[in-house]
Amino acid sequence: MFADTIAGALRRVGAATLDSLARLGFAARFSVAIVMHLPGAFRRLSLTLREIYFEGVLSLVIILVSGLFVGMVLALQGYDVLTRYGANESLGILVALSLVRELGPVVAGLLFASRAGSAVTAEIGLMKTTEQLSAMEMMAVDPLARVVAPRFVGGIISMPLLASLFSTLGIFGAYLVGVRLIGIDAGSFWGNMQAAVDFRYDILNGFIKSVVFGIAVSAIAVFEGYNARPTAEGVSSATTRTVVASSLSILALDFVLTVFMFRGVGV
Amino acid sequence: MSRATLDLWVGIFVTIGIAAILFLALKVGNLASVGSTPGYHLQAAFDNIGGLKLRAPVKAAGVVVGRVEQIRLDPQTYQAVVSMKIDRGFQFTKDTIASILTSGLLGEVYIGLDSGGDTKMLADGDRITKTQSAIVLEKLIGQFLFDKAAAGTAPTAGGPAPQPGAGSAAAGAAK
Repeated sequence: MFADTIAGALRRVGAATLDSLARLGFAARFSVAIVMHLPGAFRRLSLTLREIYFEGVLSLVIILVSGLFVGMVLALQGYDVLTRYGANESLGILVALSLVRELGPVVAGLLFASRAGSAVTAEIGLMKTTEQLSAMEMMAVDPLARVVAPRFVGGIISMPLLASLFSTLGIFGAYLVGVRLIGIDAGSFWGNMQAAVDFRYDILNGFIKSVVFGIAVSAIAVFEGYNARPTAEGVSSATTRTVVASSLSILALDFVLTVFMFRGVGV
Repeated sequence: MSRATLDLWVGIFVTIGIAAILFLALKVGNLASVGSTPGYHLQAAFDNIGGLKLRAPVKAAGVVVGRVEQIRLDPQTYQAVVSMKIDRGFQFTKDTIASILTSGLLGEVYIGLDSGGDTKMLADGDRITKTQSAIVLEKLIGQFLFDKAAAGTAPTAGGPAPQPGAGSAAAGAAK
């Protein structure tokens, strides 16, 4: 009896390990296949443009509005603390650096994962469920080239643009609150910001972060969609996994990238 | 949605995205004035650099002329060797004095360059020989307290200048 329980537990552990190893192998094979099909996404430019529309343009509203509000809240909270030290004029630095380095790429990435990544997974998963992908294969159309690669490339192109727009709107929101509402001098707001924000060090590193997040979210989204169980429940759990996995990988990647990009500052 | 409308929207999206990147680069990061200006390197050795940090500004007459690029300790002399990059447009004389200054009481630490009257100019890789170290507030306070204490004990010792020589002179006079 006892031996049976242990054997069952061991069997389950073994099955889970084998299953995740097989998933990992499939993910590796899938990544190689996507990379091989990347030039195809540019050859079929109209398909890629369509995906940029669905992933980028339709995400604009949520990105712009949240950027504006995040910037305005940062300005209010930052002013509250900075004014204790008589450093109101540094509000521009605080807002610009936190947006450009961290909040822009990370929050835009999280929003992008939940707005566009989930949609991509659901779309590909449903195509698989309704056997459209198999039908394409029957017609000698490679679904990786026709369906997956354009969505992957569209996400990589959209994400940095969305992150830059998020930071820009955030800084604009901070300007509205800080300069227009509270009354910090506009000259010192922009001047201090320009003196403190370095193009290569801050803006370019933030841009690189957003590109990396775009690759991570798009890869996870197309993989989960392609790998979904072909049932309604399978598509739903794949969509959930996309949002959870991309959010976690954005946060983890952000930590790793920050360690490499910004360590040793002010030594 | 027709092909043309879709293309138009994607075009608008990419345009405002690139405009946002340009805004960040030019208005926020001020790429136009400090970005990748070519420059030359100068070195200076200080006894104490205080709170000087990498990328701290180098100023002449209050104008930013360069940035601190590297700080290291010379193992022979135990001095801090600061390497700075100066914009190509600015030339300084050989007898320039480099001093570590602070803007305001709590402000940022920077290097101030004061040009002298020499006719020769510093070239790439040269070392500024005349330097003035940072003023460390704790040492300053310690010095002040020490002076205060010395001044306070002076009258009880019976002389205006409490020196060992004065004490022995007084002892000699008493004999």
